[in-house]
Amino acid sequence: MASSRRLVGGLCLVVVGMFGFGFALVPLYQVFCDLTGLNGKTSNIVNAQAQSSQGVDLERIVTVEFVTYISKGMQWQLTPKVEQLKVHPGQMYEMEFIATNLSAKDQVGQAVPSVSPGQGANYLNKTECFCFNQQPLAAGETATLPLRFFVDTELPKNISTLTLSYTLYELPQPQQKG
Amino acid sequence: MSTGSASNPLASGVDDHHNHKPNGFFARWVFTTNHKDIGSLYLLFSFAMFLTGGAMAMVIRAELFQPGLQLVEPNFFNQMTTVHGLIMVFGAVMPAFVGLANWMIPVMIGAPDMALPRMNNWSFWILPFAFSLMLMTLFMEGGGPNFGWTFYAPLSTKYSPDSTALFVFAVHLMGISSIMGAINVIVTIVNLRAPGMTMMKLPLFVWTWLITAFLLIAVMPVLAGAVTMVLTDKYFGTSFFDAAGGGDPVMFQHIFWFFGHPEVYIMILPSFGIISAIVPTFSRKPLFGYASMVYATASIAGLSFLVWAHHMFTTGMPVAAELFFMYCTMLISIPTGVKVFNWVATMWRGSLTFEVPMLFAIAFIVLFTIGGFSGLMLAITPVDFQYHDTYFVVAHFHYVLVSGAIFSIMAASYYWLPKWTGYMYDDYLAKWHFWCSLISVNVLFFPMHFLGLAGMPRRIPDYALQFANVNAVVSLGGFAFGLSQLIFLVVVIKCMRGKGERAAAKPWEGAEGLEWEMPSPAPYHTHTTPPEIK
Repeated sequence: MASSRRLVGGLCLVVVGMFGFGFALVPLYQVFCDLTGLNGKTSNIVNAQAQSSQGVDLERIVTVEFVTYISKGMQWQLTPKVEQLKVHPGQMYEMEFIATNLSAKDQVGQAVPSVSPGQGANYLNKTECFCFNQQPLAAGETATLPLRFFVDTELPKNISTLTLSYTLYELPQPQQKG
Repeated sequence: MSTGSASNPLASGVDDHHNHKPNGFFARWVFTTNHKDIGSLYLLFSFAMFLTGGAMAMVIRAELFQPGLQLVEPNFFNQMTTVHGLIMVFGAVMPAFVGLANWMIPVMIGAPDMALPRMNNWSFWILPFAFSLMLMTLFMEGGGPNFGWTFYAPLSTKYSPDSTALFVFAVHLMGISSIMGAINVIVTIVNLRAPGMTMMKLPLFVWTWLITAFLLIAVMPVLAGAVTMVLTDKYFGTSFFDAAGGGDPVMFQHIFWFFGHPEVYIMILPSFGIISAIVPTFSRKPLFGYASMVYATASIAGLSFLVWAHHMFTTGMPVAAELFFMYCTMLISIPTGVKVFNWVATMWRGSLTFEVPMLFAIAFIVLFTIGGFSGLMLAITPVDFQYHDTYFVVAHFHYVLVSGAIFSIMAASYYWLPKWTGYMYDDYLAKWHFWCSLISVNVLFFPMHFLGLAGMPRRIPDYALQFANVNAVVSLGGFAFGLSQLIFLVVVIKCMRGKGERAAAKPWEGAEGLEWEMPSPAPYHTHTTPPEIK
């Protein structure tokens, strides 16, 4: 019976381990996406020095398009000041988005960025972005949201257009800034 | 050591009266730790669930009989497809296999009982509660689960009914039950084999179940994790799958299919074991390529962990990943092909007879192979973009699960019913059951391939007019298949009530194995002293 007990114990450990593995897939997935740049995730904050160390590639022009989506049921408006910019890789650009809360109650919004094509996601560097913060807006209020970015000079040659899309979500409870 | 805990009086109060069944219905069935009783309970429960899930399939086919919405609301239709899938997977196919394992594994390896008899009782009796929990949600305000059996986020997190918590708990319970059953199977096979029963002498049913049990303990906890994340996302404000909070709905699909793909092998490997028992019996030849069968089963199980993303070709994976998953998936057809050719080689120049178990086994080989081929078609990434989420997929997995897994369970039932009940089944009715099932299952599922190729999406209550005629044929096939299963119910009841010929200890001339060396019906306690293994 002792060997049964040891075997049962071992098998139970496998079960517990696999339950943990299911949850370990969550950070593993994030790491995998960050490393490969798949999924268009661009959540990394890049500091401005990274840009100054690169020269500006005046030879090349890349189109950056701005698209916004509002999640279902949310009565906000989010509009980019311009729909697209022609940029030189390595140079810093500033953009503004206008957000308006059209609903009758105070809400907190969170914008989630995504870049397509996904292979270009790692080359669109944002040094300042409203998507890094939660954005509270009182009913009817309007705010101007800043974005500072540059396109990495290493951007693969076959990519000539990057589309930066923001999806705006409502956060469940208004939270104090933190 | 090999007598195990069943003959230990402390393990079970009923063993004081040796070879006698406990008195009273309640004590016999609710407190039972006897592997044969628990096996019977599992089999009866799975048959009840098969009929329940089948009734839901009838609702689905009735609604799809003609275009337009006529019988049920779309939301109820979605609940039917969801709960039909969940019940058939977790309530019919899996418990049926666990029931067969309980009945046959100790008998086949010369053990007196399962290694952990009281846990065995528990793992069965959890199931009725799990399924009551799930089925009761259908009667609640807002309805039951309506997001498909795969419960993709955000359907199951943002847009699901309030009853989703009960669905989650039901899946937790089913998982606990399966894991306990699997641990029991592994410990029994590893520790309770009769002296001389070496691993490479084990019947293939035992081998395939051992490998299945390892798959179960590896992936059921991952499923439990996935439903737990759905639970906390929906009710406790986490955002595993919510992009607003930094999560990712596509990650749900990765986690789900990491469980889901090994799960489909959990539902087919024991079938391979059953067919490997039946084909040699009625061919009167030993199984061709026993060792290659064992290695093929093990390699299918190993590969099953490397192919999950072939369910997700259209989610926008990079080409390299799509190619990797495509080639791994195609690789699985090699060990599967080894199995199919081994069965055919077993039949080659055998003295074949076509009793009902053999008829089901041959139908399994042919129809499962058709399902395997449509699986290969789905594995080809570029064409999967056309087939994805169409009726072609529905046709594929019903060929492998209905005419595959379910047919093998039918074959096993006819093969071992004489051993279980002591009576032969009614051959006339059984033949009717077979031929009706065989014809109707093809009328039901074969045209679905064409519907899918023509672009009919799955999980819809209404469809474009050009699909009307074929859907009517499919529905008729569905009703015929549903009714045919009632014949099986009659056959089983007749055997259980002792109507029919008495069965000999070895009713099949070519059968081999320890189960045929004991009288029919098998006595309540068997192998109390270890049998001699030749």
